[in-house]
Amino acid sequence: MTAPRKITLTINGTVRSAEAEPRMLLADFIRETLGLTGTHVGCEHGVCGACTIIVNGEAQRSCLAFAVQADGATITTIEGLAASDRMHPLQKLFHECHALQCGFCTPGMLAAALDLVGSHDRLTTEEIRTGMSAVICRCTGYDGIMRAVTAYADQLGKLAPAKG
Amino acid sequence: MREITGYVGKPLLRREDRRLLHGEGQFVGDIVLPKMVHCAFVRSQVPHARIKGVDFAAARRAPGFVTALSGRDIRNVVTPIAGMQVSIPKGWRDRFHYHIDVPAQQILADDKVNYVGEAYAVVVAEDRYKAEDAAELVEPDFEVLEPVVDVDRALKPGSPVLHAEVGSNVISVMSTKKGDGAAALARAKHRIKRRYYHHRYAAMPMECRAVVADYDIRTDSLTVWSSTQVVHWIRKEIGSILGMPEERVRVIAPDVGGGFGGKGHVYPEDVLVPYLARTLRRPIKYVEDRFEHLVNSAHARDNFHDLEIGFDDDGKIVCIVDDFVIDSGAYSPVGATCAANSIAHLLGPYDIQNYEAKGTLVATNKTSNAPYRGAGRPEAAFAMERAIDIAANSIGLDPILMRLRNMVPPERLPFSVGLPYRDGVPITYDSGDYPQALRRAVEELGGLENFRRRQAEGLAAGRYLGIGVGCYVEGTGVGPFEGASVRLDPSGKIMVAVGANNHGQGHETVFAQVAADVWNVPIDQVVVTTADTAAVPMGYGTIASRSTVTAGSAVVHASAKVKDKVLAIAANMLETPTADLEFRDGAVGVKGVPDLKVTLKEIWWASRPGWDHKRPPDMEAGLEANHYYEPPTVTWSYATNAAIVELDPDTGRVTVEKFVAVHDAGILVNPLLADGQVRGGLVQGIGAALYEEIAYDENGQILMGTLADYLLPTADDTPPITVIHQEIPSPSNPLGVKGLGEGGAIAPPCAITNAVSDALRPFKAEFNATPVRWEQVRKVFAEAGVSTPRGRG
Repeated sequence: MTAPRKITLTINGTVRSAEAEPRMLLADFIRETLGLTGTHVGCEHGVCGACTIIVNGEAQRSCLAFAVQADGATITTIEGLAASDRMHPLQKLFHECHALQCGFCTPGMLAAALDLVGSHDRLTTEEIRTGMSAVICRCTGYDGIMRAVTAYADQLGKLAPAKG
Repeated sequence: MREITGYVGKPLLRREDRRLLHGEGQFVGDIVLPKMVHCAFVRSQVPHARIKGVDFAAARRAPGFVTALSGRDIRNVVTPIAGMQVSIPKGWRDRFHYHIDVPAQQILADDKVNYVGEAYAVVVAEDRYKAEDAAELVEPDFEVLEPVVDVDRALKPGSPVLHAEVGSNVISVMSTKKGDGAAALARAKHRIKRRYYHHRYAAMPMECRAVVADYDIRTDSLTVWSSTQVVHWIRKEIGSILGMPEERVRVIAPDVGGGFGGKGHVYPEDVLVPYLARTLRRPIKYVEDRFEHLVNSAHARDNFHDLEIGFDDDGKIVCIVDDFVIDSGAYSPVGATCAANSIAHLLGPYDIQNYEAKGTLVATNKTSNAPYRGAGRPEAAFAMERAIDIAANSIGLDPILMRLRNMVPPERLPFSVGLPYRDGVPITYDSGDYPQALRRAVEELGGLENFRRRQAEGLAAGRYLGIGVGCYVEGTGVGPFEGASVRLDPSGKIMVAVGANNHGQGHETVFAQVAADVWNVPIDQVVVTTADTAAVPMGYGTIASRSTVTAGSAVVHASAKVKDKVLAIAANMLETPTADLEFRDGAVGVKGVPDLKVTLKEIWWASRPGWDHKRPPDMEAGLEANHYYEPPTVTWSYATNAAIVELDPDTGRVTVEKFVAVHDAGILVNPLLADGQVRGGLVQGIGAALYEEIAYDENGQILMGTLADYLLPTADDTPPITVIHQEIPSPSNPLGVKGLGEGGAIAPPCAITNAVSDALRPFKAEFNATPVRWEQVRKVFAEAGVSTPRGRG
């Protein structure tokens, strides 16, 4: 049961195959086996959200999944948002809004925000605040993050007026 | 020609962001080296036990096993780090009665374990999974001892003693006074004494600690990457403990995922991992997991202040007498500093003539207590600011008005307090306007009268609103020194390296702003290196709200030395006296003659050693200088925090309606980043007031093992926050700056507990301990018969 299995997945647009023990966490597989260290592990228990990635179009904690469960999946990590010399609109807004300090939670924040805004037609700032509570930031106090994600929703024409 | 005037003061976006936003940052855990092995520590699951033996037999048979060591194996080889990692100057010692007897922690426990989480063995294997597998097979032979689980019991006769070499659980005592506290108390018209408890919580950076070490046999040298705030401290300890010249030890902190003080001293792993690399002749990695971080990385606060305040009918404070105890946990690597800070900061922005304070550090079988953002100041501010509210209410005076009556007015600054700071220099509040900060904060909340009207109307309608403030002063930019190295590159770029360590503050941007202005170059012409001992010969580190003040000043002074030579060479090249030259746009030019100039690149080539240089006669080659800035003393930041809260009688829920901070850090080199620093600190302080807590049970077992138990504030838990910067320049350094890293976290606990107590004034409830728990609030309502039947159910 513990013999390594071959895993094939599409990550940031590239098909990659590698072996992993069944117990290997998806986060460790991405970081150590595939060498994509942009995904960070903050708590190993699915609480902090730093390891959040996009799996088959949805945000997922990569520390709560085994690599074998991602066999055949399509994954986007922070490295896949834009080429190094360019910026995804959300990355640009995080930069402009000072939405990061140490940058450790940032991969998870970006993934959570992409999923949140991508999966809704309309979002109020309250809903964005609640949605972004999926990831913990210890540095910023969330002000810049809220401004960045709100502006991103606005850019996509999805920002709804506040309720009440 | 483009006129470059002033990067300092501009909200420039950060240089650090691009790599971090692309997943291209490099944290210690990301480092992979050829032939690297991994280690896992074996940590005590009991708070107090004698180690009779450690059995590695099963572990040695585990797949991928490389080696394992117990404390006894290294006892005489890897000696402990000094118990107290900071030095105390004579000026402080002369004014304090003290004894500091902080025990040293073994690199691996060899005789006894003293807290749940203390490492007593390490296992090395080919990968991390295998290292953890093997570590699970290590069998300790422990004789379990009675644990010392709280300070009251620790101080009772007959209590078990953690450190036989100290002889008691009291590991430090310090006291000082000004005026005559006891006599003034006896004369005071009113006096109120309470116990104020600031609970145990921790820095909790999102990146846990991590160490990678690589030994090079050819040069007998070590390269160590650590997730730390203090690379030069670590280099010193590795050098002295492993018997290597410091020059042969290079310590680098690459991208660091937050520190907040928790990474502000040397941990045993910082020494042991390099030792293993040297012994095994293989690179080795250790990445702390979150459970280890919770049980082994330093905790903070956990202070009991028995504080008595004496005051007259008008609310004028005549004396403060404070006797406080810090639950230090098993060791206290920098802990005496927190006690000294509490004593130095307790009087806050107030003019109080009589003061006595005594702090006692007590060892218990808990994780070590060390500075975290604020470092003794949040605890002192909490005791003081609660005492003022209680005193004011007792004589029917509004607590905000009582503060205004006692604050040092701006016209009396610089104000001599009559106590020494921990750098030994008498405390002088150097600049600011304390009453203005308080008034602006309250105005931002809608004004005191308006609020009191709203509060009364709310009360009539069954709504419980409260207002609370917290005021403090903070000595920032403390010595002993910080180092900077500045040199001109052949390309004409200004290479700046600082001993300060970057872990989210944006140092690469901030020091580029400072250097670009000093040199009058486009900011892209400045390259900044932080947190690398190879780049600056001596450095101190990023702790204690000091980097902009001390490293910024060091950059200014080091630059001045190089600029003098650059100017002299340019004068030689242009055949013009230096008095007629100016630095402009990456060149030195003749004043008033735009075309007559030499670029910094040309000047470097003119300066180089060897044939055909164009230096003036007798000038040595090389355009580089180090400067070690030794601040004369600290410069004083301050703030008022103010909050309006609403309490739900049914659930006890505390909702912060609005939070305001009026903060003065002098000139803001980068207002965007400064604002981010203050906001981040405020939310940490709000977390401390309402959510975060590290608790132990009666057996000394820690109750927090994951972030599901230790509640960090999320976006949803964060109230609307307004930050106002007063920007009154510091007269104490060349940039006019004051420190601001810690300030945000100091006052939210007192502002929020004051606001909660204010909302509960109809029931005379006092919240004199943090955190404010919903169940305590609900209990007040229930006992007053206010909660609804549903709520009481």
